[in-house]
Amino acid sequence: MAERSFATEVGKLRAGAGEEFFGEGILAVTKALLQSGVSYVGGYQGAPISHLMDVLGDAKEILDELGVHFENSASEATAAASLAASVYYPLRGAITFKSTVGTNVASDALANLASGGVTGGALIIVGEDYGEGSSIMQERSHAFAMKSQIWLLDPRPNLTAIVDSVDIGFRLSEASNSPVMLQLRLRSCHLHGRFIAKDNIKPEFTLRDAMENPLRDTNRIVLPPASFMHEQEKVTKRWPAAVKFIKDNKINEFFADGTQDFGIVMQGGLYNTVIRSLQLLGLSDIYGNSKIPLYILNVTYPIVDDEVVEFAKSKKGILLVEEGQPDYIEQNINAILRRAGVQTALHGKDLLPIAGEYTPASVTKGILEFVKKFGPELLDQNNLPAIVRPDGDKPNSIKSVAPTEQIHGRPPSFCTGCPERPIFTALKLAEKETGNHHISADIGCHLFSILPPFNIGATTMGYGLGAAGASALHDLDSDKRTISFMGDGGFWHNGLTSGIGNAVFNKSDGLVVVVDNAYSAATGGQDVLSSSASSEIRSTKHPIERAVRGIGVEWAKTVSNTFKVHEMKNIFIDALTTKEQGPKVIVAQSECTLNKTRRERPLAAKRIKEGKRVVRERFGVDPDTCTGDHSCIRLNGCPSLTITANPDPMRKDPVATVLNTCVGCGLCGEAAHAAVLCPSFYKTSIISNPSIWDRTKLRIRNSVIGFLQNGIERRLVGIDA
Amino acid sequence: MPNLNTPHNRPITLALLAMGGEGGGVLADWAIDMAEHNGFFAQTTSVPGVAQRTGTTVYYLEFFPDDGAGKPGVHEPVLSTMATPGEVDIVVASELMEAGRAIFRGFVTSDVTTFITSTHRVYSMTERTASGDGRVDSEEILKSAKAAAKKFIAADFAKVAEESSSVISAALFGAIAGSGALPFTKEQFAAAIEHGGVGVKTSMAAFDKSYEIAKQIVTDLDKPVSAGVPITIGKRPVEPGEISAEQELAIIKDPASVVGSKLKAQAAQVKADFPEPARVMAINGVKRTADYQSVTYADLYLARLSKIREIEAKFGHGTAQLLNETARYCALWMTYEDTIRVADLKTRRSRFQRVSTEAKIGAEQIMEVSEYLHPMSEEIADTLPTPIGKWILRTKPVTKTIEKISENGIILNTASVSGYILLYFVARLKPIRPRSLRYNLEQERIENWLAKISEVAPKSYQLACEIAECANVIKGYGDTHRNGWRNFTAIMAEVDKVSDNSDAASRIKELRLAALADEDGTKLRNYLNA
Repeated sequence: MAERSFATEVGKLRAGAGEEFFGEGILAVTKALLQSGVSYVGGYQGAPISHLMDVLGDAKEILDELGVHFENSASEATAAASLAASVYYPLRGAITFKSTVGTNVASDALANLASGGVTGGALIIVGEDYGEGSSIMQERSHAFAMKSQIWLLDPRPNLTAIVDSVDIGFRLSEASNSPVMLQLRLRSCHLHGRFIAKDNIKPEFTLRDAMENPLRDTNRIVLPPASFMHEQEKVTKRWPAAVKFIKDNKINEFFADGTQDFGIVMQGGLYNTVIRSLQLLGLSDIYGNSKIPLYILNVTYPIVDDEVVEFAKSKKGILLVEEGQPDYIEQNINAILRRAGVQTALHGKDLLPIAGEYTPASVTKGILEFVKKFGPELLDQNNLPAIVRPDGDKPNSIKSVAPTEQIHGRPPSFCTGCPERPIFTALKLAEKETGNHHISADIGCHLFSILPPFNIGATTMGYGLGAAGASALHDLDSDKRTISFMGDGGFWHNGLTSGIGNAVFNKSDGLVVVVDNAYSAATGGQDVLSSSASSEIRSTKHPIERAVRGIGVEWAKTVSNTFKVHEMKNIFIDALTTKEQGPKVIVAQSECTLNKTRRERPLAAKRIKEGKRVVRERFGVDPDTCTGDHSCIRLNGCPSLTITANPDPMRKDPVATVLNTCVGCGLCGEAAHAAVLCPSFYKTSIISNPSIWDRTKLRIRNSVIGFLQNGIERRLVGIDA
Repeated sequence: MPNLNTPHNRPITLALLAMGGEGGGVLADWAIDMAEHNGFFAQTTSVPGVAQRTGTTVYYLEFFPDDGAGKPGVHEPVLSTMATPGEVDIVVASELMEAGRAIFRGFVTSDVTTFITSTHRVYSMTERTASGDGRVDSEEILKSAKAAAKKFIAADFAKVAEESSSVISAALFGAIAGSGALPFTKEQFAAAIEHGGVGVKTSMAAFDKSYEIAKQIVTDLDKPVSAGVPITIGKRPVEPGEISAEQELAIIKDPASVVGSKLKAQAAQVKADFPEPARVMAINGVKRTADYQSVTYADLYLARLSKIREIEAKFGHGTAQLLNETARYCALWMTYEDTIRVADLKTRRSRFQRVSTEAKIGAEQIMEVSEYLHPMSEEIADTLPTPIGKWILRTKPVTKTIEKISENGIILNTASVSGYILLYFVARLKPIRPRSLRYNLEQERIENWLAKISEVAPKSYQLACEIAECANVIKGYGDTHRNGWRNFTAIMAEVDKVSDNSDAASRIKELRLAALADEDGTKLRNYLNA
């Protein structure tokens, strides 16, 4: 990655056997891959697994030493397809992406992979973007595992358990000739903890060995009749092999079994939350010594029938803690118990929320109800935690004292100095002249346009699918063209073909805006094909306009400075009104400010220290000419452009003001110009280490301006005290 | 919770509510480093996701003392990745609305929570984009916070950070240390900052100051109330533009004390003729109009208010609401922002000083100031004597030339000699203002507005007050100003229709607020059609 160094994290990857490793969950997984003798890693960046990609991207030296190939895959489908290397060869391979969105994209390749099966361990690390902080639709990766018979690991949120599951995953995959999915929840990825490291392993069988000794077997290729054989093989060979491996290696865990005639079954990832709930109810200590039998599903697919029956049959009731919907595991366990003729009552979504994240609050409530049914004597009713007590019955209950009207949502928005903001300022101004259009949005920072103050964009159908999302609104006689957005990340991911190619082929007349900020910015600033920075390990600087022309677009324009709002606006109007037929593509290009500042700020600080002339720019608002109407903010929304108490004793409304966090991007001034707003904006150029010429100019200015200002002050004498 | 409350079975829990880019992650890292160096198991999780871009984010930390047998994977505490409402020992909010959010989410409870918040505001988009004043009431949040917490530690930690050229995370870390809510010494906290290795000196400065502030607050809180120590959350400081009650009293007693020699007669008139509650506003109006044009213009201002004074005396309730608001908006209207006014304000010495302070120009630095101006032919014509102005507006080649020049706006360096002189001469056009197109138009509009107030007041004092306040919908420049005027006219037309209704005042208030709610008057139109 271009502008951020992960040197510290890379250093941690070198930890040897017995060393204590401190760090984040996703970094621990990265280390675990190297400890497991992985041969190749691919993936597509996205929260919460970006860190894995970023760190490996900077770890060339270690990867070279171990003979590991690391690839920034073009998409999740590319990553999934790369696991084909493990079909014939004893190579351990891992891929990673955000789920379920990434798994959606990857599922074609994953289904093909799972059908034919694998020889070397194939591990799919999915960052389950579910619950608070998630940025995507709320679904479960579980469905993908079931439909393709990919085994699903859901380890306890504890670094040792997570690290162990990587090795277990590879071995399970090899033992059952099936790919394995390792599911990591959002918080587990960002979890700081510790584990005892092992040495990294250099794989014995290398990628070169594979390339130089190619293998093939028609029975492993998905084509009839092999495909029918694969289906049988899955249920007769691979599934039983997986179940045997899980049982033999005791991957699922039983705690405190035999202590009560009821118990709790849970997904491994929910273990800490369940223990916290039990602690709050006085049913466990902090080390997880529970008073109630627990059965931890560290493998959530397949469910091991024997283990379920064994755990359930001695009990009157069990509670299944399964997050999300549909309740796949509950249905499964119900079927298992029914088939085995076990009469144990199964509770789950009847006591716990049907949908939504399982927080300690919701789990505590569910477990309390369950224990009330089966072992009420274990509860100290007078010492229940605040969360399950009605408001106001005890001093420590949670009273509703929140000043609800004073709390506004604070959704994410474009950063200070973001070059994408002026694109939407310009579009807002252009639409004042052309009227409103149907606007199809995409995934990426630019999607923040749907929020105030821009309120631009009607739908988003997935990464790179902005243009595709507008394709059906196709009527060449309409006066209003559709507008669609796409980021450079989405463009290279699939938008070039799914959006632009589709528009060319189907003779669309719409406008596609490709927002090119030189990075895959929303996922952390990774390089893409069109990135402007040189990279040692990747090929960059492939212009987007060339690609769209190559695919057949005639009307394509690149704006190399999005901050020129007036110019940007005119190009929009042109694209929306030109008589020319066929898709119009505007490549709106300016570097992501977050990455730019990361690179330039330390350099500027260094130059100032060295005594060199450095100019920093920032904007300001004259409070005495600002009338407090805030139209500038409604066209801009920059975090550094805000309001402050009016210093004028006669005015009530707050004035606009620019904070010192301003990076001088120029949008304030440009917007004031383009929208003919007001004369209150000014740009201050702060010159450090001024030159002799600067100083001479200053002396002349001081004398002339000073003289005139003395005059002004004389005329004002007698008004103020 | 007998099991939970024993020290051996309960982790210390901390939730930090911050916004993206505030260094919440750095603070969490410091806390983890400190705990791990001092015999604790520590865990932190966060859900940054898209929140990294200025949105809200929550960091959640748990600490538990290593019992000596601790070994990862073998014997270690099971720590939660999510906060449980009612079980959070320390809640830290990086900003006041975030403090409100923490209460809203149930993290703050009066039996356990030490609640640390910075009292500064980072305004939400809703607050910022309102046409008028959309700010929420900070006092309400402070009141709730105090009621919700066991110990409430509130101070402007953003200011502390700024004064130390540091970031708020360092200041908040100091406040946590000073609160005494974590079982670590000040030195142990400081060591974590040292280990971090980035911006150590400035971070330590912010840390030290906040440590003292928080420690003092805790000391005050711990003093028994019976000893007569009032627990206050601190009165909101006087903001710029506000004056203290004492200052206000002084002006009421002697308005002449705040004006210069040229305005002594006007000050005397204010004292003699105006009721006490309206004097501050009136004297401000006098100064403003005199500053804008001339002493004669200030006299005109006072003359315009004389009729309203009589109405106030007759129909008012002693608060002088009508007189005050009319005095306010009459002065603002009379000092409408034309090119001359803008140039005048931008060329003053005080303005140069303000810009310099705001940009923190150091002794060894030089600044340039570029103005973003966009004079339209209309505005230029407005400023010139009426006949010339009218001629410009009807002579196409002239307007075309002006539009052409200013099409992309003009950027003028006021710190340069040529740029300054240009603005300076525009400002010197003040004497010809009374003969200008705009001047005459605005005076006529002001007279009509005042007449409307006078006409309505005998029927409904409150409606008259509303009409006075309606002047606030006309503001801004260019299109914004035109939209404001259009909204104002629409509301005035409605006044004529409803003035006999008993709920006329509330109807007009509703319309006024609607006009301020959005840019293009959509909401107002909807209300008018309703």
